[in-house]
Amino acid sequence: MSFTLLMLAPVLIPALGAVTCAVFGWRRATAWIGVACAAAVLAAGVVLAAETTLTGPRTSLGGQLRVDALSAFMLIVIGAISVLATAASPAWLRTEITAGRANHRSARWHSLLVQAFVAAMALAVLAANLGTVWVAVEATTIITAFLVGQRRTRAAVEAGWKYVVICSVGIALAFLGAVLLNYASAHAGAAGAGLAGNRLDWAALAAGAHSLDPGVTRIAVALLIIGFGTKAGLAPLHAWLPDAHGQAPAPVSALMSGVLLSVAFYAILRVKVIADAALGVAFTRTLLAVIALATLAIAASLLLAQRDYKRMLAYSSIEHMGLLALGAAAGSRLALAAVLLHVLGHGLGKAVLFLSSGRILQVTGTSQIGKVRGLATRQPLLAGCFGLGVLALIGLPPFSLFASGFGIARAGFAEGLGWVTAASFVFVLVIAAAVLTHTGRMLLGPPPPSDAPATDPADRGAVNLALPASGAVPLLVGLTACAALGITLGPLQQLLHSAATLVGTP
Amino acid sequence: MTQTTFSQLLYLACGAFLLAAVLVLWRRELAAIVRLFALQGVALTGIVAVLAAHERSLELGLVAAGIAGLRAVLLPYLVRRALDRAGPGRETKPLVNVAASLLAAAVLTLVAYAVSQPLIALAPSPATRAVPVGLAVVLIGFFVLVTRRRALSQVVGFLLIDNGITAIAFLTTAGVPLIVELGVSLDVLFAALVLQVLTTRMRATFGHTDLDELRELRDA
Repeated sequence: MSFTLLMLAPVLIPALGAVTCAVFGWRRATAWIGVACAAAVLAAGVVLAAETTLTGPRTSLGGQLRVDALSAFMLIVIGAISVLATAASPAWLRTEITAGRANHRSARWHSLLVQAFVAAMALAVLAANLGTVWVAVEATTIITAFLVGQRRTRAAVEAGWKYVVICSVGIALAFLGAVLLNYASAHAGAAGAGLAGNRLDWAALAAGAHSLDPGVTRIAVALLIIGFGTKAGLAPLHAWLPDAHGQAPAPVSALMSGVLLSVAFYAILRVKVIADAALGVAFTRTLLAVIALATLAIAASLLLAQRDYKRMLAYSSIEHMGLLALGAAAGSRLALAAVLLHVLGHGLGKAVLFLSSGRILQVTGTSQIGKVRGLATRQPLLAGCFGLGVLALIGLPPFSLFASGFGIARAGFAEGLGWVTAASFVFVLVIAAAVLTHTGRMLLGPPPPSDAPATDPADRGAVNLALPASGAVPLLVGLTACAALGITLGPLQQLLHSAATLVGTP
Repeated sequence: MTQTTFSQLLYLACGAFLLAAVLVLWRRELAAIVRLFALQGVALTGIVAVLAAHERSLELGLVAAGIAGLRAVLLPYLVRRALDRAGPGRETKPLVNVAASLLAAAVLTLVAYAVSQPLIALAPSPATRAVPVGLAVVLIGFFVLVTRRRALSQVVGFLLIDNGITAIAFLTTAGVPLIVELGVSLDVLFAALVLQVLTTRMRATFGHTDLDELRELRDA
């Protein structure tokens, strides 16, 4: 009973938080509810991780929820990044309200939807059933649609429209894949007797995968990978991502980039386990390697001439998702451990970057790279966080993305994906150079002469305030965590190992 | 019900289901497109009802009633309401003209039949032999989505895809688990609501719902 409650906590607590925000509205006290709920998700993730490494996978609620090392790890990722994003939200919202771009009503909606978003993502990683995962992932699309279009400007409405249409269609493909997998498992024959009754259950599907019809399973797996890949920002249906990340409020961009993409990628990893057992590793390996290369190529080509820094960060998320796909294509345990560490490191780094980019937007009033100059002299702390975040992102030590990127590369060469890996890392180098150049233009140099804050105070609001402590702490904590992970994994080592054993080929 | 009547009724419903999708490509009046979409919802209900009668399953019968409520009444009503707010509209400049669209629908149907051979081979039966129809509707829905320029036509395209997938779900295994079907229906309903809200906002900020005007966000 208590274990059922523990498993329900990551879904129920943010859901209750959403209700509380809805009832009490935006106040000084409720502003911090989000952080409390996110911290509860993180704590539940840690406890569940400790439990599962001791006792193995556990189910509850009549087999509807299931937690193993991989789900527990994903819960920790969701919790950690939500803590950063929600901790930075009050300062961000307060500035928006002062500047007249938001009011108490939209702040209430913001807090409510963010909590519901966290609850849906927690459900997606805890669900034992492919169908429930699908429902939860589609629910995140619907919840965040309002967050993306919150500002009601032309650009925001356009981004919201593209987001809902492309993601819903992409995820519909995944549902078609789920339907076909359900069909295959219904006709799995005597060897698949364990599939009766729970035909979409992850564990039952993985155990009975060898008895699935290969012809139908191949179509189903391709649809599932492309469908969930849409939501993960992988090619070919990635076009929603830069628009949505660019237009969403900064804390929401941080959540979307840091966790939503990884939650969708988690579904791909689960599908891959079934596909590898049913079809052999070659099918998903080829599919994922092609997707990874296409994704990296697109990210590199569009980053070179990027002029908007929020879109630059969005394309960098696409790049990192491509790297994850490359690691999954390699598929060994080493590769998967690196992939999971990359998920956490990228989530932390990207959350810091999106949160600081939101602050840069508030301070400078522009999202154009060319118009933000000399930030280092005007806002040293903010510029420092942004700069360090970018260094983390392009994989410089001591940040953990160095270790995980290196691990993915090594696994790629070891698993016979030499050419694909080499080509991928050429793209990664090009992207690193482009991102560094753009960032250098933003942070260095003299401040623009037109930087007169008093020109239009009504429009720019409280622009030249120094970064408030409640806005700075999440940035520093995120950077520190990302660097600490690069130096030592500590207790996470065991968890990563168990999770990689679940999804990696030996 | 004898096996022959079952197959004949099933194929009749599937035929109407496919025809409704093809006619969406033919008509340009948005109001007519919404009516055709409602008609397709009725055909989908027919497919599920025939399957329910064949398997003598009360649960499936109730699901059929739910599908009728959602896809033949509620969703068309929502789209219709959004249309009424926008005033009468026509699909004035689709990227592909009507004649070429109809030819494309024929090609897509052939493709659907070719692709679904492994699906039929796994468990040949009158129901699985109709699976290509569902797939054809999915593909036609995609085609509507990429070639039509009005926001409401795109919503209908998305809903066509969803109808097609639901048809495949019932034709292959008499449906996915009930809790999943419920969740999926709720998600689709909410997606339609979100799109309706966005259409309203789009008209408030752009003055109309022509997606050609969506040009704010692009690279370089």
